[in-house]
Amino acid sequence: MATELTNRERMSIPRQTMPTQDALVRRANFDEVALGFTLELAQQEAARCLQCVKPHCVEGCPVGVLIPEFILALREGDMDGAVRAMKKKNNLPAICGRVCPQETQCEVKCVLAKKGKPVAIGRLERFVGDYELEHHVYPLERATPTGKRVAIVGCGPAGITCAADLGRLGHDVTIFESLHKPGGVLVYGIPEFRLPKSVVNCEIDYTAECLDIKMHPDAVIGRLYTIDELLNEQGFDVVFLGTGAGLPSFLRIPGINYNGVLSANEFLTRVNLMKGYLFPEYDTPIKVGQRVAVIGAGNVAMDSARCSLRLQALRAQETGGEVGEVHIVYRRSPVEVPARAEEVHHAEEEGVIFDFLTNPVEIYGDEHRNVCGMRCIRMELGEPDESGRRRPIPIAGSEFDMDVDMVIMALGTRPNPLVFNEAGGLERTKWGTVVADEETGRATKARVWAGGDVVTGAATVISAMGAGKRAAADIDRFLRGEVKPWTT
Amino acid sequence: MYKILHKETLSDVTKLVVVAAPEVARKAQAGQFVIVRVDEHGERIPLTIANYDREAGTITIIFQEVGKTTMHLGSLEPGSELATFTGPLGHPTEIENYGTIVCVGGGVGIAPLYPITRALKEAGNAVISIIGARNKELLFWEDEMRAVSDELIVCTDDGSYGRKALVTEPLKELLERDGEIARVWAIGPAIMMKFCALTTQPFGVKTIVSLNTIMIDGTGMCGGCRVQLAGGAKFVCVDGPEFDAHQVDWDLLMARLRFYLEEEKQAVEQWQHRCQLEVD
Repeated sequence: MATELTNRERMSIPRQTMPTQDALVRRANFDEVALGFTLELAQQEAARCLQCVKPHCVEGCPVGVLIPEFILALREGDMDGAVRAMKKKNNLPAICGRVCPQETQCEVKCVLAKKGKPVAIGRLERFVGDYELEHHVYPLERATPTGKRVAIVGCGPAGITCAADLGRLGHDVTIFESLHKPGGVLVYGIPEFRLPKSVVNCEIDYTAECLDIKMHPDAVIGRLYTIDELLNEQGFDVVFLGTGAGLPSFLRIPGINYNGVLSANEFLTRVNLMKGYLFPEYDTPIKVGQRVAVIGAGNVAMDSARCSLRLQALRAQETGGEVGEVHIVYRRSPVEVPARAEEVHHAEEEGVIFDFLTNPVEIYGDEHRNVCGMRCIRMELGEPDESGRRRPIPIAGSEFDMDVDMVIMALGTRPNPLVFNEAGGLERTKWGTVVADEETGRATKARVWAGGDVVTGAATVISAMGAGKRAAADIDRFLRGEVKPWTT
Repeated sequence: MYKILHKETLSDVTKLVVVAAPEVARKAQAGQFVIVRVDEHGERIPLTIANYDREAGTITIIFQEVGKTTMHLGSLEPGSELATFTGPLGHPTEIENYGTIVCVGGGVGIAPLYPITRALKEAGNAVISIIGARNKELLFWEDEMRAVSDELIVCTDDGSYGRKALVTEPLKELLERDGEIARVWAIGPAIMMKFCALTTQPFGVKTIVSLNTIMIDGTGMCGGCRVQLAGGAKFVCVDGPEFDAHQVDWDLLMARLRFYLEEEKQAVEQWQHRCQLEVD
């Protein structure tokens, strides 16, 4: 490829689209939807980057990936250089390239975004990440061991990132994970068709192996060890809390505990972590209704709806019966939908039905206490509320019944309080999140840092990774005796 | 991985397994449970801790082979390893000196009842225990229970051993005979616990049950274990597993336990088929 294109020529190259599985095919399997760029497509897309002197895209990235550098190397055919540039700031590019909301972070700041067609930074990131997973050209290196011991609680995006950065700096890191597999929300929450588990496992295993990070699965901190025990008995110098927001919310309406009303957490964990879609090859069963209502319209709701569709399609293939229906029931309008546009688009393509301005008021059960319907009320939008979005108000007398046999609650999650058991001095907000300094991640308890959803409430993978990164930098300063943040 | 060190067959369908889990044993207390996953394809199931030995670093679990996972678990011999053994989970039993108390164990529920009874006895309570099962074959740990009780009543549904009665009969008599009973613990099948609750309710004696519901993570994440109490829903894994029996919506609880009945049946059939093939 010619390297000396003019900016005008670069801007005339169309944004490359990534091949995807056809919607009708993919709704009957759990394979990845987006198939990734070929080298040719990736270099074509990379050629669109104008290599700005002041790259705004980098400002938009929570971990400050060296975007122009990796794109330049990629288009010059220097894949090793692209990987090196990427991994200076991002330890997990194959994951971020798939799940980051680039459209509101790096890509929105791209100068080409003004014309509506920013460089597809996320897809290029994924391409480089996948190349590295396959070729391992840039193993992370560990600095001279410092002898300092770090306990990371929670092996999700925040914990892994913090662990990797501290491992690179030579500290002795142990990750405590409550489930049997590392990855947190990446393995229990995000479905296979959006983020293949082999990608997560490879990325984490490779990182842990390179940096000699010890993994302790099946460790529920707060029960097996308290934070104080980690610090005072188990010999850890510091603790980083990256336990996420794992506690589900349920509506307070009649019928909420009937069979067939599940939290999105339970539904997705059965499907993803436990591989329920492969029952009985895997032991964990999963049921899906013939008519499913998913309550909420965030990314978790889209994931639940799209898993439901797939389970319905697989069942129909097996039994020859009707496929069924999946509804997203959301009390606000399309404008307020919190999910990524791409996820909504994919869900629509696959056949999810959206019921906006609709709110459940009661769930009906049959004589076996199984869900057999849902009463809803129509909503209208009033004045903006404290979140800045227009407040949904019920329209009196507009109640109606929906024929459903399964209801999945995807209403957001809160931090799990288990880890705070006997954690004196660790201040929390009224929402149950840990009070921690935004820049450093320092908590109010000495030698404890926190970051990710446990601090912010449910947010994104990349913002949790950013928090893990900032905390790692501050923990390193502390371990080297450069800062003394707590007087006690 | 967690190695099985010892195994006992308590009845045709009841097995005892001692597992090496020193970190769990270090913290385990009466009333708590563990989540077990047999192998990489396995499901996660909760099992209440039947005993623990901090020095040896072991946890004892007792289970009835009622589903694929428990059948698989029961087929393992010492030296085998379990993929997951997470705990100790849930709140420990609130052990105090209440005065005179009654501990009722039905079937495999005798197992989790034992460490609770022992702890209550050690705390100075006068302990009357009732243990029961469908028949003699299904009874176990009579001697163990006798050793930690001031009085032990044994019954079977069919009269093949001890008194021919459901556990609720002697329970009712004790409540009528002794106005001093401060508290009752009842652990066993849901239907037994329900009827123990109905038995004690007219006497106004606080009754504690330990619930074993469907759960995945055991840490409050899935909500599959939720139970409807008079004051609202609670999670068995993090709010329990012990609850005030008089607050529990038993019919909903039992309906929820039946949700995956079809799939459980299918898994058992497949397991038995596989075992048959191995025998052939």
